[in-house]
Amino acid sequence: MTDKFISIEGIAKRYDGARSTTIFENLWLGMARGEFVCVIGHSGCGKTTVLNILAGLDVPSEGAVIVDGQAIEGPSLDRAVIFQSHALLPWRTVLGNVAYAISSKWRRWDRAKVKAHALKYIELVGLAGSEHKRPSELSGGMKQRVGIARALSITPKIMLMDEPFSALDALTRGTLQDEVRRICVETGQTVFMITHDVDEAIYLADKIVLMTNGPGAVLAEIVENPLPKDRLRGDLHRHPLYYALRNHIIDFLVSRSKIFTAETPDHDPRKVPVVKIGRTEPTIVASKPVDSDAPQAVAR
Amino acid sequence: MTASLRLRAAVVSIVLLAVFLGAWHLATRSTGTAANMSPEYAKLMGMTATQGKSAMPGPLDVGAKLWEHLKRPFYDNGPNDKGLGIQLAFSLGRVMLGYLIAVAIAIPLGFLIGMSPLMSKALDPFIQIMKPISPLAWMPLALYTIKDSSLSAIFVIFICSVWPMLINTAFGVASVRKEWINVARTLEVGNVRRAFTVILPAAAPTILTGMRISIGIAWLVIVAAEMLVGGTGIGYFVWNEWNNLSITNVIIAILLIGVVGMVLDQILARVSRLVTFPE
Ligand SMILES: Nc1ncnc2c1ncn2[C@@H]1O[C@H](COP(=O)(O)OP(=O)(O)OP(=O)(O)O)[C@@H](O)[C@H]1O
Ligand SMILES: [Mg+2]
Repeated sequence: MTDKFISIEGIAKRYDGARSTTIFENLWLGMARGEFVCVIGHSGCGKTTVLNILAGLDVPSEGAVIVDGQAIEGPSLDRAVIFQSHALLPWRTVLGNVAYAISSKWRRWDRAKVKAHALKYIELVGLAGSEHKRPSELSGGMKQRVGIARALSITPKIMLMDEPFSALDALTRGTLQDEVRRICVETGQTVFMITHDVDEAIYLADKIVLMTNGPGAVLAEIVENPLPKDRLRGDLHRHPLYYALRNHIIDFLVSRSKIFTAETPDHDPRKVPVVKIGRTEPTIVASKPVDSDAPQAVAR
Repeated sequence: MTASLRLRAAVVSIVLLAVFLGAWHLATRSTGTAANMSPEYAKLMGMTATQGKSAMPGPLDVGAKLWEHLKRPFYDNGPNDKGLGIQLAFSLGRVMLGYLIAVAIAIPLGFLIGMSPLMSKALDPFIQIMKPISPLAWMPLALYTIKDSSLSAIFVIFICSVWPMLINTAFGVASVRKEWINVARTLEVGNVRRAFTVILPAAAPTILTGMRISIGIAWLVIVAAEMLVGGTGIGYFVWNEWNNLSITNVIIAILLIGVVGMVLDQILARVSRLVTFPE
Protein backbone atom coordinates (compact mmCIF):
# COMPACT_ATOMS: atom_id res chain seq x y z
CA MET A 1 0.00 0.00 0.00
CA THR A 2 1.71 3.13 -1.16
CA ASP A 3 -1.35 5.32 -1.42
CA LYS A 4 -1.55 5.88 2.32
CA PHE A 5 -3.05 9.25 3.10
CA ILE A 6 -2.49 8.92 6.81
CA SER A 7 0.35 6.77 8.02
CA ILE A 8 0.96 6.08 11.67
CA GLU A 9 4.58 4.98 11.83
CA GLY A 10 5.76 3.22 14.93
CA ILE A 11 4.31 5.59 17.50
CA ALA A 12 4.62 4.96 21.21
CA LYS A 13 3.21 6.71 24.24
CA ARG A 14 4.84 6.40 27.61
CA TYR A 15 4.15 8.20 30.83
CA ASP A 16 7.16 8.45 33.08
CA GLY A 17 6.48 8.82 36.69
CA ALA A 18 7.03 6.81 39.79
CA ARG A 19 5.92 3.81 37.76
CA SER A 20 6.54 4.50 34.13
CA THR A 21 3.85 2.98 31.94
CA THR A 22 3.82 2.22 28.26
CA ILE A 23 0.31 2.77 26.98
CA PHE A 24 1.34 1.39 23.58
CA GLU A 25 4.46 1.20 21.48
CA ASN A 26 5.46 0.41 17.93
CA LEU A 27 2.02 1.12 16.56
CA TRP A 28 1.61 1.13 12.79
CA LEU A 29 -1.47 1.89 10.77
CA GLY A 30 -2.18 3.22 7.32
CA MET A 31 -5.35 4.84 6.07
CA ALA A 32 -6.25 5.56 2.47
CA ARG A 33 -7.86 8.82 1.39
CA GLY A 34 -11.60 8.77 1.90
CA GLU A 35 -11.44 5.74 4.16
CA PHE A 36 -13.65 5.42 7.21
CA VAL A 37 -11.81 3.64 10.01
CA CYS A 38 -13.33 2.72 13.33
CA VAL A 39 -11.27 1.72 16.34
CA ILE A 40 -12.74 -0.59 18.90
CA GLY A 41 -11.07 -1.51 22.14
CA HIS A 42 -11.69 -1.60 25.83
CA SER A 43 -11.74 1.48 27.97
CA GLY A 44 -8.31 2.79 28.87
CA CYS A 45 -6.41 0.98 26.12
CA GLY A 46 -5.21 4.22 24.56
CA LYS A 47 -7.68 5.02 21.79
CA THR A 48 -8.06 8.67 22.74
CA THR A 49 -4.30 8.94 23.03
CA VAL A 50 -3.87 7.74 19.44
CA LEU A 51 -6.56 10.16 18.30
CA ASN A 52 -4.91 13.07 20.11
CA ILE A 53 -1.62 12.23 18.43
CA LEU A 54 -3.38 12.19 15.07
CA ALA A 55 -4.93 15.54 15.92
CA GLY A 56 -1.52 16.95 16.79
CA LEU A 57 -2.66 17.73 20.32
CA ASP A 58 -0.39 15.13 21.85
CA VAL A 59 3.14 14.21 20.90
CA PRO A 60 4.14 10.55 20.67
CA SER A 61 7.09 9.43 22.77
CA GLU A 62 8.44 7.71 19.67
CA GLY A 63 7.57 7.51 16.01
CA ALA A 64 5.62 9.88 13.83
CA VAL A 65 2.39 10.31 11.94
CA ILE A 66 2.56 11.26 8.27
CA VAL A 67 -0.45 12.93 6.70
CA ASP A 68 -0.41 13.55 2.97
CA GLY A 69 3.35 13.13 2.85
CA GLN A 70 4.08 15.43 5.77
CA ALA A 71 4.79 14.65 9.37
CA ILE A 72 2.24 16.11 11.80
CA GLU A 73 3.77 18.99 13.71
CA GLY A 74 0.72 20.24 15.50
CA PRO A 75 -3.03 20.69 15.23
CA SER A 76 -4.49 21.77 11.92
CA LEU A 77 -7.81 23.06 10.63
CA ASP A 78 -7.67 20.24 8.11
CA ARG A 79 -8.16 17.75 10.91
CA ALA A 80 -11.34 18.40 12.86
CA VAL A 81 -11.76 16.78 16.25
CA ILE A 82 -14.96 15.75 17.98
CA PHE A 83 -13.89 15.45 21.58
CA GLN A 84 -15.02 12.71 23.91
CA SER A 85 -15.69 15.35 26.56
CA HIS A 86 -17.60 17.70 24.20
CA ALA A 87 -15.13 20.50 24.98
CA LEU A 88 -17.66 23.26 24.36
CA LEU A 89 -16.77 26.73 25.55
CA PRO A 90 -19.29 27.24 28.37
CA TRP A 91 -19.38 31.03 28.10
CA ARG A 92 -20.52 30.84 24.49
CA THR A 93 -23.92 29.83 23.19
CA VAL A 94 -24.47 26.92 20.83
CA LEU A 95 -24.31 29.37 17.95
CA GLY A 96 -21.26 31.04 19.47
CA ASN A 97 -19.41 27.74 19.76
CA VAL A 98 -20.02 26.77 16.16
CA ALA A 99 -19.40 30.31 14.91
CA TYR A 100 -16.07 30.38 16.75
CA ALA A 101 -14.85 27.45 14.67
CA ILE A 102 -16.18 28.94 11.43
CA SER A 103 -14.65 32.36 12.01
CA SER A 104 -11.37 30.66 12.88
CA LYS A 105 -11.35 28.87 9.56
CA TRP A 106 -12.60 31.73 7.39
CA ARG A 107 -11.17 34.83 9.06
CA ARG A 108 -12.51 37.19 6.40
CA TRP A 109 -16.14 36.19 6.61
CA ASP A 110 -18.51 38.79 8.05
CA ARG A 111 -20.80 38.05 10.97
CA ALA A 112 -23.89 37.41 8.91
CA LYS A 113 -22.16 34.87 6.72
CA VAL A 114 -20.63 33.09 9.70
CA LYS A 115 -24.00 33.01 11.42
CA ALA A 116 -25.84 31.65 8.40
CA HIS A 117 -23.22 28.96 7.93
CA ALA A 118 -23.33 28.02 11.62
CA LEU A 119 -27.11 27.83 11.65
CA LYS A 120 -27.04 25.45 8.73
CA TYR A 121 -24.98 22.95 10.69
CA ILE A 122 -26.88 23.51 13.92
CA GLU A 123 -30.03 22.64 12.04
CA LEU A 124 -28.32 19.63 10.53
CA VAL A 125 -27.70 18.12 13.96
CA GLY A 126 -31.26 18.88 14.98
CA LEU A 127 -30.59 21.74 17.34
CA ALA A 128 -32.49 24.47 15.49
CA GLY A 129 -34.24 26.56 18.14
CA SER A 130 -31.57 25.88 20.75
CA GLU A 131 -28.89 28.02 19.15
CA HIS A 132 -29.01 30.64 21.88
CA LYS A 133 -28.71 28.19 24.75
CA ARG A 134 -25.51 27.83 26.69
CA PRO A 135 -23.81 24.44 27.05
CA SER A 136 -24.90 24.26 30.70
CA GLU A 137 -28.50 24.28 29.52
CA LEU A 138 -28.01 21.33 27.19
CA SER A 139 -28.24 17.61 27.78
CA GLY A 140 -25.20 15.42 27.21
CA GLY A 141 -26.49 14.33 23.83
CA MET A 142 -27.20 17.90 22.75
CA LYS A 143 -23.68 18.92 23.75
CA GLN A 144 -22.33 16.09 21.68
CA ARG A 145 -24.34 17.29 18.72
CA VAL A 146 -22.93 20.80 19.06
CA GLY A 147 -19.48 19.23 18.96
CA ILE A 148 -20.45 17.37 15.79
CA ALA A 149 -21.85 20.54 14.20
CA ARG A 150 -18.68 22.41 15.11
CA ALA A 151 -16.45 19.79 13.52
CA LEU A 152 -18.56 19.40 10.38
CA SER A 153 -18.97 23.13 9.87
CA ILE A 154 -15.32 23.71 9.04
CA THR A 155 -15.38 21.01 6.30
CA PRO A 156 -12.03 19.46 7.14
CA LYS A 157 -10.15 16.83 5.18
CA ILE A 158 -9.89 14.45 8.10
CA MET A 159 -12.39 13.90 10.87
CA LEU A 160 -11.19 12.55 14.19
CA MET A 161 -14.16 11.46 16.24
CA ASP A 162 -13.95 10.24 19.82
CA GLU A 163 -17.14 8.35 20.63
CA PRO A 164 -19.25 11.06 19.02
CA PHE A 165 -22.59 9.31 19.45
CA SER A 166 -22.11 7.67 22.83
CA ALA A 167 -24.50 9.90 24.78
CA LEU A 168 -27.36 9.80 22.29
CA ASP A 169 -30.61 7.89 22.29
CA ALA A 170 -31.06 5.26 19.58
CA LEU A 171 -33.22 7.44 17.35
CA THR A 172 -31.04 10.56 17.39
CA ARG A 173 -27.97 8.41 17.09
CA GLY A 174 -29.37 6.80 13.98
CA THR A 175 -30.23 10.11 12.33
CA LEU A 176 -26.85 11.59 13.15
CA GLN A 177 -25.00 8.51 11.96
CA ASP A 178 -26.83 8.88 8.67
CA GLU A 179 -25.96 12.57 8.43
CA VAL A 180 -22.33 12.12 9.38
CA ARG A 181 -21.98 9.23 6.95
CA ARG A 182 -23.62 11.23 4.18
CA ILE A 183 -21.41 14.27 4.75
CA CYS A 184 -18.29 12.18 5.03
CA VAL A 185 -19.05 10.32 1.82
CA GLU A 186 -20.09 13.48 -0.04
CA THR A 187 -17.07 15.48 0.99
CA GLY A 188 -14.70 12.55 0.73
CA GLN A 189 -13.66 12.71 4.37
CA THR A 190 -11.05 10.44 5.77
CA VAL A 191 -12.42 9.46 9.15
CA PHE A 192 -10.81 8.01 12.24
CA MET A 193 -13.50 7.22 14.74
CA ILE A 194 -13.47 5.63 18.16
CA THR A 195 -16.54 3.75 19.25
CA HIS A 196 -17.70 1.11 21.68
CA ASP A 197 -20.76 0.29 19.60
CA VAL A 198 -20.18 -2.67 17.31
CA ASP A 199 -23.22 -1.99 15.13
CA GLU A 200 -22.18 1.60 14.69
CA ALA A 201 -18.76 0.45 13.51
CA ILE A 202 -20.32 -2.02 11.09
CA TYR A 203 -22.64 0.61 9.68
CA LEU A 204 -20.08 3.37 9.29
CA ALA A 205 -16.64 1.85 8.86
CA ASP A 206 -14.79 0.55 5.87
CA LYS A 207 -12.25 -0.96 8.21
CA ILE A 208 -12.55 -1.80 11.86
CA VAL A 209 -9.35 -1.78 13.88
CA LEU A 210 -9.35 -3.98 16.94
CA MET A 211 -7.13 -2.86 19.77
CA THR A 212 -6.05 -5.09 22.64
CA ASN A 213 -6.18 -4.12 26.28
CA GLY A 214 -3.50 -1.90 27.71
CA PRO A 215 -0.97 -1.31 29.01
CA GLY A 216 1.17 -2.22 26.04
CA ALA A 217 -1.86 -2.27 23.76
CA VAL A 218 -1.39 -3.42 20.17
CA LEU A 219 -3.53 -3.29 17.06
CA ALA A 220 -4.54 -6.91 16.79
CA GLU A 221 -6.45 -6.98 13.52
CA ILE A 222 -7.87 -4.80 10.83
CA VAL A 223 -11.26 -6.21 9.92
CA GLU A 224 -12.48 -5.27 6.47
CA ASN A 225 -16.13 -4.53 6.28
CA PRO A 226 -17.68 -6.92 3.73
CA LEU A 227 -20.96 -5.02 3.56
CA PRO A 228 -21.66 -3.03 0.40
CA LYS A 229 -20.84 0.69 0.40
CA ASP A 230 -24.45 1.70 -0.14
CA ARG A 231 -25.68 -0.19 2.91
CA LEU A 232 -28.72 1.06 4.76
CA ARG A 233 -28.86 1.14 8.50
CA GLY A 234 -32.10 -0.79 8.68
CA ASP A 235 -30.86 -3.54 6.40
CA LEU A 236 -27.56 -4.31 8.08
CA HIS A 237 -28.74 -7.40 9.86
CA ARG A 238 -30.14 -8.88 6.63
CA HIS A 239 -26.73 -9.00 5.04
CA PRO A 240 -25.41 -12.57 5.00
CA LEU A 241 -22.06 -11.58 6.47
CA TYR A 242 -23.42 -9.31 9.16
CA TYR A 243 -23.53 -11.84 11.97
CA ALA A 244 -20.17 -13.33 11.13
CA LEU A 245 -18.65 -9.87 11.26
CA ARG A 246 -20.46 -8.90 14.42
CA ASN A 247 -19.58 -12.11 16.18
CA HIS A 248 -15.98 -11.80 15.21
CA ILE A 249 -15.73 -8.36 16.75
CA ILE A 250 -17.67 -9.21 19.88
CA ASP A 251 -15.64 -12.34 20.31
CA PHE A 252 -12.52 -10.22 20.19
CA LEU A 253 -13.85 -7.80 22.77
CA VAL A 254 -15.11 -10.50 25.10
CA SER A 255 -12.15 -12.82 25.17
CA ARG A 256 -9.38 -12.31 22.67
CA SER A 257 -8.54 -8.71 23.57
CA LYS A 258 -7.15 -9.85 26.93
CA ILE A 259 -5.10 -12.81 25.77
CA PHE A 260 -4.08 -11.70 22.30
CA THR A 261 -0.58 -10.57 23.22
CA ALA A 262 0.18 -13.76 25.13
CA GLU A 263 -1.29 -16.04 22.48
CA THR A 264 0.27 -14.35 19.51
CA PRO A 265 3.96 -13.92 20.27
CA ASP A 266 4.88 -13.60 16.59
CA HIS A 267 2.50 -10.67 16.03
CA ASP A 268 4.23 -8.16 13.81
CA PRO A 269 2.97 -4.68 14.63
CA ARG A 270 4.15 -3.43 11.24
CA LYS A 271 2.00 -5.96 9.45
CA VAL A 272 -1.27 -6.03 11.28
CA PRO A 273 -3.28 -8.91 9.84
CA VAL A 274 -6.18 -7.84 7.67
CA VAL A 275 -9.16 -10.02 8.31
CA LYS A 276 -11.75 -10.61 5.62
CA ILE A 277 -14.97 -12.09 6.78
CA GLY A 278 -15.57 -14.71 4.14
CA ARG A 279 -18.34 -17.04 5.13
CA THR A 280 -21.67 -16.45 3.56
CA GLU A 281 -23.76 -18.01 6.28
CA PRO A 282 -24.38 -16.62 9.74
CA THR A 283 -21.97 -18.09 12.26
CA ILE A 284 -22.85 -19.01 15.78
CA VAL A 285 -20.54 -17.41 18.33
CA ALA A 286 -17.13 -18.96 17.96
CA SER A 287 -16.28 -21.27 20.83
CA LYS A 288 -12.54 -20.93 20.59
CA PRO A 289 -10.70 -17.60 20.84
CA VAL A 290 -9.65 -17.74 17.20
CA ASP A 291 -12.14 -19.44 15.01
CA SER A 292 -10.04 -21.01 12.30
CA ASP A 293 -13.09 -21.43 10.14
CA ALA A 294 -15.02 -18.20 10.04
CA PRO A 295 -12.57 -15.36 9.55
CA GLN A 296 -9.45 -16.00 7.65
CA ALA A 297 -6.49 -13.91 8.55
CA VAL A 298 -4.59 -12.58 5.62
CA ALA A 299 -1.24 -11.00 6.31
CA ARG A 300 -0.53 -8.02 4.13
CA MET B 1 -40.13 30.28 50.06
CA THR B 2 -37.07 32.35 49.22
CA ALA B 3 -39.15 35.51 49.22
CA SER B 4 -40.43 34.80 52.69
CA LEU B 5 -36.92 33.90 53.83
CA ARG B 6 -35.67 37.23 52.54
CA LEU B 7 -38.53 39.00 54.25
CA ARG B 8 -37.87 37.30 57.56
CA ALA B 9 -34.17 38.07 57.27
CA ALA B 10 -34.99 41.72 56.64
CA VAL B 11 -37.22 41.80 59.70
CA VAL B 12 -34.48 40.25 61.84
CA SER B 13 -31.98 42.77 60.47
CA ILE B 14 -34.23 45.68 61.34
CA VAL B 15 -34.90 44.31 64.82
CA LEU B 16 -31.17 43.86 65.42
CA LEU B 17 -30.53 47.42 64.23
CA ALA B 18 -33.27 48.75 66.50
CA VAL B 19 -31.89 46.82 69.48
CA PHE B 20 -28.40 48.11 68.75
CA LEU B 21 -29.54 51.72 68.38
CA GLY B 22 -31.68 51.44 71.50
CA ALA B 23 -28.84 50.00 73.56
CA TRP B 24 -26.51 52.67 72.22
CA HIS B 25 -29.01 55.36 73.07
CA LEU B 26 -29.50 54.08 76.62
CA ALA B 27 -25.80 53.59 77.20
CA THR B 28 -24.84 57.08 76.05
CA ARG B 29 -27.73 58.72 77.89
CA SER B 30 -26.45 57.38 81.19
CA THR B 31 -23.10 59.12 80.66
CA GLY B 32 -25.17 62.29 80.59
CA THR B 33 -24.84 62.17 84.38
CA ALA B 34 -21.53 63.84 83.77
CA ALA B 35 -23.56 67.03 83.67
CA ASN B 36 -24.49 66.44 87.32
CA MET B 37 -20.96 66.45 88.53
CA SER B 38 -19.54 69.46 90.18
CA PRO B 39 -18.71 72.25 87.74
CA GLU B 40 -15.12 72.40 88.97
CA TYR B 41 -14.63 68.76 88.29
CA ALA B 42 -16.28 69.07 84.93
CA LYS B 43 -14.05 71.96 84.04
CA LEU B 44 -11.07 69.90 85.10
CA MET B 45 -12.17 67.12 82.82
CA GLY B 46 -12.43 69.53 79.93
CA MET B 47 -15.96 68.52 79.13
CA THR B 48 -17.82 71.76 79.50
CA ALA B 49 -15.32 73.48 77.26
CA THR B 50 -16.57 71.48 74.30
CA GLN B 51 -20.18 71.30 75.44
CA GLY B 52 -20.10 67.57 76.12
CA LYS B 53 -18.81 66.93 72.63
CA SER B 54 -16.07 64.62 73.79
CA ALA B 55 -18.53 62.44 75.63
CA MET B 56 -19.69 59.38 73.73
CA PRO B 57 -22.44 60.72 71.44
CA GLY B 58 -25.78 58.97 71.17
CA PRO B 59 -27.40 57.83 67.95
CA LEU B 60 -29.52 60.96 67.78
CA ASP B 61 -26.46 63.23 67.91
CA VAL B 62 -24.81 61.20 65.21
CA GLY B 63 -27.98 61.26 63.12
CA ALA B 64 -28.31 65.01 63.37
CA LYS B 65 -24.67 65.56 62.55
CA LEU B 66 -24.87 63.13 59.64
CA TRP B 67 -27.81 65.05 58.26
CA GLU B 68 -25.75 68.23 58.48
CA HIS B 69 -22.93 66.58 56.56
CA LEU B 70 -25.24 65.16 53.95
CA LYS B 71 -26.76 68.57 53.33
CA ARG B 72 -23.37 70.13 52.63
CA PRO B 73 -21.01 67.41 51.43
CA PHE B 74 -18.73 69.59 49.35
CA TYR B 75 -17.95 72.72 51.35
CA ASP B 76 -14.34 73.75 51.68
CA ASN B 77 -13.26 76.00 54.56
CA GLY B 78 -9.53 75.52 54.30
CA PRO B 79 -7.26 72.54 54.93
CA ASN B 80 -8.78 71.36 58.21
CA ASP B 81 -12.44 71.81 57.40
CA LYS B 82 -13.73 70.24 54.23
CA GLY B 83 -17.03 68.53 53.46
CA LEU B 84 -17.15 64.76 53.80
CA GLY B 85 -17.89 64.46 50.09
CA ILE B 86 -14.60 66.17 49.26
CA GLN B 87 -12.68 63.97 51.70
CA LEU B 88 -14.25 60.82 50.30
CA ALA B 89 -13.52 61.98 46.76
CA PHE B 90 -9.85 62.43 47.64
CA SER B 91 -9.71 58.95 49.15
CA LEU B 92 -11.58 57.35 46.26
CA GLY B 93 -9.34 59.12 43.77
CA ARG B 94 -6.21 57.73 45.44
CA VAL B 95 -7.70 54.27 45.74
CA MET B 96 -8.77 54.25 42.12
CA LEU B 97 -5.41 55.46 40.87
CA GLY B 98 -3.40 52.95 42.89
CA TYR B 99 -5.86 50.20 42.12
CA LEU B 100 -5.96 50.84 38.38
CA ILE B 101 -2.18 50.87 38.19
CA ALA B 102 -2.25 47.56 40.05
CA VAL B 103 -4.80 46.15 37.60
CA ALA B 104 -2.77 47.34 34.64
CA ILE B 105 0.30 45.56 35.96
CA ALA B 106 -1.16 42.52 37.73
CA ILE B 107 -3.33 41.20 34.92
CA PRO B 108 -0.77 41.14 32.10
CA LEU B 109 1.92 39.91 34.48
CA GLY B 110 -0.46 37.32 35.88
CA PHE B 111 -1.13 36.12 32.33
CA LEU B 112 2.59 35.75 31.77
CA ILE B 113 3.09 33.85 35.00
CA GLY B 114 0.05 31.67 34.40
CA MET B 115 1.13 30.77 30.88
CA SER B 116 4.74 30.04 31.69
CA PRO B 117 5.57 27.42 34.29
CA LEU B 118 9.13 28.76 34.32
CA MET B 119 8.09 32.31 35.22
CA SER B 120 5.60 30.92 37.68
CA LYS B 121 8.29 29.02 39.56
CA ALA B 122 10.83 31.83 39.25
CA LEU B 123 8.58 34.59 40.58
CA ASP B 124 6.84 32.53 43.24
CA PRO B 125 9.33 33.22 46.08
CA PHE B 126 9.11 36.96 45.48
CA ILE B 127 5.34 36.94 45.48
CA GLN B 128 5.21 34.80 48.59
CA ILE B 129 7.48 37.24 50.44
CA MET B 130 5.89 40.44 49.19
CA LYS B 131 2.31 39.34 49.75
CA PRO B 132 2.21 39.26 53.58
CA ILE B 133 3.94 42.61 54.09
CA SER B 134 1.71 45.05 55.91
CA PRO B 135 0.84 48.11 53.84
CA LEU B 136 2.09 50.48 56.50
CA ALA B 137 5.51 48.86 56.51
CA TRP B 138 5.96 50.20 52.99
CA MET B 139 5.10 53.73 54.07
CA PRO B 140 8.47 54.97 55.31
CA LEU B 141 10.23 53.53 52.30
CA ALA B 142 7.67 55.11 49.99
CA LEU B 143 7.93 58.47 51.70
CA TYR B 144 11.71 58.34 51.57
CA THR B 145 11.98 57.38 47.92
CA ILE B 146 8.94 59.13 46.43
CA LYS B 147 9.01 62.09 48.83
CA ASP B 148 5.53 63.25 47.84
CA SER B 149 3.10 62.10 50.52
CA SER B 150 0.08 61.80 48.26
CA LEU B 151 1.99 59.72 45.73
CA SER B 152 3.27 57.58 48.57
CA ALA B 153 -0.28 56.78 49.59
CA ILE B 154 -1.07 55.78 46.01
CA PHE B 155 2.04 53.63 45.91
CA VAL B 156 1.01 51.86 49.09
CA ILE B 157 -2.44 51.20 47.65
CA PHE B 158 -0.81 49.82 44.55
CA ILE B 159 1.66 47.57 46.31
CA CYS B 160 -1.02 46.10 48.56
CA SER B 161 -3.71 45.51 46.00
CA VAL B 162 -1.46 44.07 43.33
CA TRP B 163 -0.85 40.67 44.95
CA PRO B 164 -4.31 39.13 45.13
CA MET B 165 -4.94 40.11 41.51
CA LEU B 166 -1.58 38.81 40.39
CA ILE B 167 -1.97 35.51 42.18
CA ASN B 168 -5.55 34.99 41.06
CA THR B 169 -4.83 35.91 37.46
CA ALA B 170 -1.87 33.55 37.34
CA PHE B 171 -3.90 30.79 38.95
CA GLY B 172 -6.92 31.37 36.71
CA VAL B 173 -4.80 31.39 33.57
CA ALA B 174 -2.83 28.32 34.61
CA SER B 175 -5.93 26.31 35.38
CA VAL B 176 -7.89 26.95 32.19
CA ARG B 177 -9.21 23.54 31.16
CA LYS B 178 -6.94 21.82 28.73
CA GLU B 179 -9.82 20.79 26.50
CA TRP B 180 -10.75 24.44 25.88
CA ILE B 181 -7.18 25.21 24.92
CA ASN B 182 -7.24 22.14 22.70
CA VAL B 183 -10.34 23.44 20.91
CA ALA B 184 -8.48 26.63 20.09
CA ARG B 185 -5.41 24.67 19.05
CA THR B 186 -7.31 22.43 16.63
CA LEU B 187 -8.85 25.56 15.13
CA GLU B 188 -5.36 27.03 14.67
CA VAL B 189 -6.30 30.09 16.67
CA GLY B 190 -3.31 32.39 17.09
CA ASN B 191 -1.81 33.19 20.48
CA VAL B 192 -3.32 36.63 20.87
CA ARG B 193 -6.78 35.57 19.77
CA ARG B 194 -6.55 32.51 22.00
CA ALA B 195 -5.66 34.70 24.96
CA PHE B 196 -8.69 36.90 24.39
CA THR B 197 -11.25 34.34 23.25
CA VAL B 198 -10.43 31.36 25.44
CA ILE B 199 -8.05 32.09 28.29
CA LEU B 200 -9.47 35.45 29.33
CA PRO B 201 -13.13 34.36 29.45
CA ALA B 202 -12.19 31.11 31.17
CA ALA B 203 -10.05 32.84 33.78
CA ALA B 204 -12.29 35.90 34.17
CA PRO B 205 -14.23 34.66 37.20
CA THR B 206 -11.00 33.91 39.08
CA ILE B 207 -9.48 37.22 38.02
CA LEU B 208 -12.57 39.09 39.17
CA THR B 209 -12.40 37.36 42.56
CA GLY B 210 -8.85 38.65 42.88
CA MET B 211 -9.93 42.14 41.85
CA ARG B 212 -12.66 42.03 44.46
CA ILE B 213 -10.27 41.04 47.22
CA SER B 214 -7.90 43.76 46.06
CA ILE B 215 -10.42 46.58 46.11
CA GLY B 216 -11.31 45.57 49.66
CA ILE B 217 -7.68 45.69 50.70
CA ALA B 218 -7.15 49.01 48.91
CA TRP B 219 -10.03 50.57 50.77
CA LEU B 220 -8.79 49.15 54.08
CA VAL B 221 -5.35 50.53 53.44
CA ILE B 222 -6.31 54.01 52.31
CA VAL B 223 -7.65 54.99 55.73
CA ALA B 224 -4.47 53.97 57.49
CA ALA B 225 -2.30 55.52 54.81
CA GLU B 226 -4.11 58.85 54.95
CA MET B 227 -3.83 58.91 58.70
CA LEU B 228 -0.09 58.79 58.23
CA VAL B 229 0.37 61.11 55.27
CA GLY B 230 -2.28 63.60 56.32
CA GLY B 231 -3.68 66.51 54.35
CA THR B 232 -6.83 65.19 52.77
CA GLY B 233 -8.98 62.11 52.57
CA ILE B 234 -11.34 60.25 54.82
CA GLY B 235 -8.48 58.70 56.82
CA TYR B 236 -7.08 62.13 57.55
CA PHE B 237 -10.58 63.29 58.44
CA VAL B 238 -10.89 60.55 61.07
CA TRP B 239 -7.53 61.44 62.54
CA ASN B 240 -8.28 65.16 62.50
CA GLU B 241 -11.67 64.73 64.18
CA TRP B 242 -10.06 62.52 66.81
CA ASN B 243 -7.66 65.36 67.51
CA ASN B 244 -10.68 67.68 67.70
CA LEU B 245 -12.25 65.14 70.06
CA SER B 246 -15.32 65.03 67.85
CA ILE B 247 -16.33 61.44 68.36
CA THR B 248 -19.57 62.13 66.49
CA ASN B 249 -17.64 62.89 63.32
CA VAL B 250 -15.41 59.88 63.86
CA ILE B 251 -18.44 57.64 64.08
CA ILE B 252 -19.93 59.22 60.96
CA ALA B 253 -16.66 58.69 59.12
CA ILE B 254 -16.56 55.05 60.22
CA LEU B 255 -20.08 54.59 58.95
CA LEU B 256 -19.24 56.16 55.59
CA ILE B 257 -16.06 54.12 55.21
CA GLY B 258 -18.15 51.02 55.69
CA VAL B 259 -20.79 52.11 53.20
CA VAL B 260 -18.28 53.10 50.51
CA GLY B 261 -16.39 49.85 51.01
CA MET B 262 -19.59 47.90 50.58
CA VAL B 263 -20.50 49.81 47.42
CA LEU B 264 -17.07 49.17 45.90
CA ASP B 265 -17.38 45.49 46.72
CA GLN B 266 -20.87 45.28 45.28
CA ILE B 267 -19.80 46.93 42.02
CA LEU B 268 -17.16 44.26 41.53
CA ALA B 269 -19.59 41.56 42.57
CA ARG B 270 -21.90 42.73 39.77
CA VAL B 271 -19.11 42.67 37.21
CA SER B 272 -18.10 39.28 38.53
CA ARG B 273 -21.59 37.96 37.97
CA LEU B 274 -21.45 39.18 34.37
CA VAL B 275 -18.38 37.12 33.56
CA THR B 276 -19.15 33.92 35.44
CA PHE B 277 -20.48 31.09 33.36
CA PRO B 278 -22.24 27.99 34.60
CA GLU B 279 -20.67 24.73 33.59
N1 LIG C 1 -1.32 11.97 32.19
C1 LIG C 1 -1.33 10.62 32.27
N2 LIG C 1 -0.46 9.97 33.07
C2 LIG C 1 -0.46 8.63 33.15
N3 LIG C 1 -1.30 7.85 32.46
C3 LIG C 1 -2.20 8.42 31.65
C4 LIG C 1 -2.27 9.84 31.51
N4 LIG C 1 -3.25 10.13 30.63
C5 LIG C 1 -3.77 8.95 30.26
N5 LIG C 1 -3.15 7.93 30.86
C6 LIG C 1 -3.43 6.50 30.67
O1 LIG C 1 -3.43 6.24 29.31
C7 LIG C 1 -4.32 5.18 29.03
C8 LIG C 1 -5.07 5.46 27.77
O2 LIG C 1 -5.96 6.54 27.93
P1 LIG C 1 -7.02 6.92 26.80
O3 LIG C 1 -7.72 8.13 27.23
O4 LIG C 1 -6.29 6.98 25.51
O5 LIG C 1 -7.98 5.66 26.84
P2 LIG C 1 -9.21 5.31 25.90
O6 LIG C 1 -8.84 4.09 25.15
O7 LIG C 1 -9.60 6.50 25.10
O8 LIG C 1 -10.33 4.94 26.94
P3 LIG C 1 -11.90 5.26 26.90
O9 LIG C 1 -12.51 4.27 26.00
O10 LIG C 1 -12.32 5.04 28.31
O11 LIG C 1 -12.07 6.67 26.46
C9 LIG C 1 -5.21 5.01 30.26
O12 LIG C 1 -4.94 3.77 30.82
C10 LIG C 1 -4.79 6.12 31.18
O13 LIG C 1 -4.73 5.64 32.49
MG1 LIG D 1 -11.21 7.81 25.17
